[in-house]
Amino acid sequence: MRMVMTGNYASAYGAKLSRAEVIAAYPITPQTSIVEKLAEFVSSGELKAQYIPVESEHSAMAACIAAETAGARTYTATSSHGLTLMHEVLMWASGARLPIVMTNVSRAMAPPWSVWVDNMDSIAQRDTGWLQFFCQNNQEVLDTIIMAYKICESRRVMLPAMIIEDAFILSHTSEPVDVPDQEVVDRFLPPYAPELKIEVGKAMGFGSLVKPDQYMEFRYKDMLAMKEAAERVKAVEKEFKQVFGREYGGLLEKYMCDDAETVLITAGSVAATAKDVVDAMRARGARVGLARIRAFRPFPHEELRALASKVVGIAVLDRSYTFGAAGAMFTEVKASVYSCHKRPVMKNYIAGLGGRDITTKIISNIMDDMAVAAKRGVEDEVEWVDVAGLPRRWR
Amino acid sequence: MPHNLHEHSVSPLIEVRFHGRGGQGVVIASEVLAKAAFRMGYEVSAFPFFGVERRGAPVTAYTRIDSRPIRVKTNIYWPDYVVVLDSSLLEGVDVLEGLKVKGSVLVNWPDGKKLKDLPSKFRRFVLDATSIAASHGIGSQTAPIVNTAILGGFARICDAIELEPVLETIREAAPVKKQENVAAAREAYERTIEVTP
Repeated sequence: MRMVMTGNYASAYGAKLSRAEVIAAYPITPQTSIVEKLAEFVSSGELKAQYIPVESEHSAMAACIAAETAGARTYTATSSHGLTLMHEVLMWASGARLPIVMTNVSRAMAPPWSVWVDNMDSIAQRDTGWLQFFCQNNQEVLDTIIMAYKICESRRVMLPAMIIEDAFILSHTSEPVDVPDQEVVDRFLPPYAPELKIEVGKAMGFGSLVKPDQYMEFRYKDMLAMKEAAERVKAVEKEFKQVFGREYGGLLEKYMCDDAETVLITAGSVAATAKDVVDAMRARGARVGLARIRAFRPFPHEELRALASKVVGIAVLDRSYTFGAAGAMFTEVKASVYSCHKRPVMKNYIAGLGGRDITTKIISNIMDDMAVAAKRGVEDEVEWVDVAGLPRRWR
Repeated sequence: MPHNLHEHSVSPLIEVRFHGRGGQGVVIASEVLAKAAFRMGYEVSAFPFFGVERRGAPVTAYTRIDSRPIRVKTNIYWPDYVVVLDSSLLEGVDVLEGLKVKGSVLVNWPDGKKLKDLPSKFRRFVLDATSIAASHGIGSQTAPIVNTAILGGFARICDAIELEPVLETIREAAPVKKQENVAAAREAYERTIEVTP
């Protein structure tokens, strides 16, 4: 049934339809309405789950780790400082091969305090071994939670996933979302049945010390699992489309890229706006396209190489910044593309930090700037967009 | 901020901006309008100005209504309609900022006769939503909640939106006093008038 709901409610419905069995969470703006809605579902009996109120995000993840180790399907949600407080245990969750699914309502880091969107919090968790999915609308939030359990719980993956939902732009925006029937979801996503779990009366060791002769093999297997995850993302989405009729483009969604000369690469909700801009610019005859990084981990290396070999210019729009380097998506796209025989000209645009609106005009100006740079060469490889004191063309 | 893309293929059908104060139900009004339009078969989105809300502080919320799926996630800079739930905001807040030249403004205006300040290049509508809400016992007598009444008025001024789906959505969304809220919206629909130059 199609209902008008916020991204946060889409997250809560996603967890409910996936029949999460243990939910441990700590409220934080602007994530709070996710866990409030789930608490309602649990207290009304609509969702049969154990709801554990905890004293911090670190504890929330620790509780999910314990429950998942005991064989329960778990869910949590957080944002910004909550996510970064979890950092230590995020690594435990992936290293222990626990397919926990979590929504991160992506919000800027302080200081100065901000409750608004940027992706710094998520990007800072890049190396924790979690799958990361950036969503462009509320429907994708709900659908990706269901798909993530199926991807992550498969035997050769067994890794956790972070569903990234832009603060306010998705979390507090109401739009139509198709909420699938529970029976259909149940057929698509069977109950969680791990091969190994803590069981009473059965002696096993979890989280033991290993010596240098064994440690590296564990990390090697994690690497293989993440490679397998890339294949599972595509396979599960294919199956999802057959059942639910919706698809999102796998690791990298391409929009109007077939004959494009200039392509914008970005992630999250800004990609949805950028599709409108691509349509408007194409109506004026500009050969532009959009490629949306849907999975930042596993990263779409092959898809990007295939795309890059066909285009003249690539603009990468990052809604975060890695100090001392450039936008994280830019450096990774550039690294992927390096091995192409024919390499496009590339520029990085930093925009929309701390909730600053990325307007249609800013997006079209970025595309125009990139088209010029592709012909005349790049002066500044990394440009900060719409910042006081910098050129007015970005305003 | 020039925004010429918006004048062409990007432009959604209808963009509405609500102004009010924390506690008046401004954000709920934007959502109820979206749900009413959705009930009529439109695609919709509704969002608050992403601020920190406090009782009495100015609050802004937005609704987009289109016949095709809405992808754009930016703020609304050039609304077709402005809805003002509290006329005290006319001083201090530029409620007409970006309103399209042929756009309409609907103001909760306890005394419609004195409405000379709003420029006549816009279509101006007034409605005494405060008295209507108070007479139906919605909120308190000193601080009536006017969001349902103002939506009745909006159904009157916007050709694309019919009254019945608005009333149905209010019936569904109102946590208490469903009949009173519906009656207030219906009365507001009847009592909304256009200010002639």
